[in-house]
Amino acid sequence: MVISVASGKGGTGKTTIAVNLALALSNTQYLDCDVEEPNGHIFLKPDITKRVSVTLPYPRVNYDKCDFCGDCAKICEYGAIAVVKNQVLIFDDLCHSCGSCVMLCPQKAIYEVPQEIGIIEIGEGKGVLFAHGILKLGSTRAHPLVQEVKKYSDVSKTIIIDAPPGTSCPVVEAVKNADFCLLVTEPTPFGLNDLKLAVEMTREIGVPFGIVINRSDGKDSIIFDYARAENIPILLKIPMEREIAEAYSRGISLVESDDNYREVFRKLFADIQGRVGL
Amino acid sequence: MKELVIVSGKGGTGKTTLAASFAALSNDKVMADCDVDAADLHLLLKPNILKTEKFISSQVAVIDQESCLACDICRNVCRFDAISEDYVVNPMDCEGCRFCERMCPIEAIHMEKQENGRWHIAETEFGPMVFAQLGVAEENSGQLVSLVRKEAQKLAKENNLNYIIIDGPPGVGCPVNSAITGAQLAVIVTEPTMSGIHDLMRILELTRQFRVPALVIVNKFDLNLENTKEIKSYCQKQQVEVVGEIPFDPGVIEALKAGEILVRFSGDGKVSEIVADIWKRVFNRLQLI
Amino acid sequence: MNIAVSAAGDSLDDQVDGRFGRCPFFVFVESESMAYKAVPNPGAGAMGGAATKAAQVLAESNVDIVLTGSVGPNAERSLNALGVEVVTDASGTTVREAVSNFLDKK
Repeated sequence: MVISVASGKGGTGKTTIAVNLALALSNTQYLDCDVEEPNGHIFLKPDITKRVSVTLPYPRVNYDKCDFCGDCAKICEYGAIAVVKNQVLIFDDLCHSCGSCVMLCPQKAIYEVPQEIGIIEIGEGKGVLFAHGILKLGSTRAHPLVQEVKKYSDVSKTIIIDAPPGTSCPVVEAVKNADFCLLVTEPTPFGLNDLKLAVEMTREIGVPFGIVINRSDGKDSIIFDYARAENIPILLKIPMEREIAEAYSRGISLVESDDNYREVFRKLFADIQGRVGL
Repeated sequence: MKELVIVSGKGGTGKTTLAASFAALSNDKVMADCDVDAADLHLLLKPNILKTEKFISSQVAVIDQESCLACDICRNVCRFDAISEDYVVNPMDCEGCRFCERMCPIEAIHMEKQENGRWHIAETEFGPMVFAQLGVAEENSGQLVSLVRKEAQKLAKENNLNYIIIDGPPGVGCPVNSAITGAQLAVIVTEPTMSGIHDLMRILELTRQFRVPALVIVNKFDLNLENTKEIKSYCQKQQVEVVGEIPFDPGVIEALKAGEILVRFSGDGKVSEIVADIWKRVFNRLQLI
Repeated sequence: MNIAVSAAGDSLDDQVDGRFGRCPFFVFVESESMAYKAVPNPGAGAMGGAATKAAQVLAESNVDIVLTGSVGPNAERSLNALGVEVVTDASGTTVREAVSNFLDKK
């Protein structure tokens, strides 16, 4: 089974939920798809056994063949090519590696070179199989890197995917094809505003989902009212407690600092299994 | 005209809460919410929207099912796996490159523009504001960020305002790049957690890459004094000024839940003073650039 | 000299549009005669990389200077490669005014 953990808003506690779920259950794999700012490793402290460079193909010009006709610049929908005087300028940060220019250059003067967009590290920590992607700073290609991280899925395990914050492309990539999605929120106007966006996204993707309220104040009416009106189950509430925040700040997970949480997360998993029909 | 951008690396450190306070404490500026993925600033600044525009920045391929020959050329050239086995383009996967459109032997594919989001020009109690919301599952957030900034610059010029305060997005990706490029000063809001420290290093490196000077604010600093010390020591080595430390205070959440800007919230005193103090320092550094 | 101005309209009396990549028109002005020609900017409606497309238009004319409001790093790179000088304080005036202000400063 694949469970993805997402949220519209950053900092609500996705990694907290994802990591604790991975630790509380047996036979799990944790995939950190927040490739811009992966944090799961801080809690799982994995031994990294493999490091993979992820590249994408980028166009380059063979000046022996190029006649500066400018077709490539016209073809490129992303403005990643400019033909000026006797140079062809390629803007890698705009390029989507679609391959159009390579195929459509009348002189066949364009070829591709691989450029690193990030790395993937694989290993194991605290009994959990681990993989995360780290986007190269300055790169804009989070989406393909998330796709690559997911390729390391081990279907013999319960897979927990830690998604990036927000609702854009890379998040959709992290959430899609999961069996269930947990949307983590907090009982504030920001939490509600961004939860609504996350709900819209998850509905569009078509994955069943439920809400987890982090930093709960007990009543959480701002979230509760919305969830009830939308018929969305609230599956777990983690209370607002300074001790929890302090443990988090030291890189200590809930299930490690308080054994009761092990049972809490196992129950959450059983609840999800019931809803997915497994 | 000078632009101040508030970023964090890690989400949820308090950028927007702080940006709202800065709005209330300052004059002579335009506010720009560049967290277009999950725009929240308007919830505190309560803008009166004057104009709304659609943001159209992408296109997707559409295959005419009736003429389609099922020759598979489109599926073979598409590098984004956006075309299903029955020749339907998934708009969430299509990146609008037009490769399939150009290669289709019978021209059965055309492109359709997509509305990716909306942006607004508004008036607030604290001056003009530009904000936007990207549609879900959209790409091109960097472009919408650029658009918001350009509109803010226009507003500033039109109204003779000298500053723009930008509430930036979390992370270090495309939208953050667009938010910080060309800004005069970045304020990085961090928290004394292992995750916060890790992400601080990445966002700081990014501001360096873009040659934007940075200041650091440690929010909820007393949650972990050891980590705060580590942050300060790291910043010192990097020659980055820590311009403020804000204590963890449940009053901050109370203000937020009441939909109120911290420095105007009657229930809180100490943290408001600290934030006001920080703003004085930040503004002073901004003037010196 | 040949000057390009990023503009909101297609004549000398239209306002400068400071957005180099997304302005609707470029007005090309010959500084001695003030003869001009307006070209629609392909970057205006472009999905992405508007600035590079805009720069491409300049590449196809023989331009020495562009007067505009702001250019990002990608446009800058193209324009530098072209050897076109970039002046970024033209916003808030008409095309005619922007050109004469620039010539006065020279």
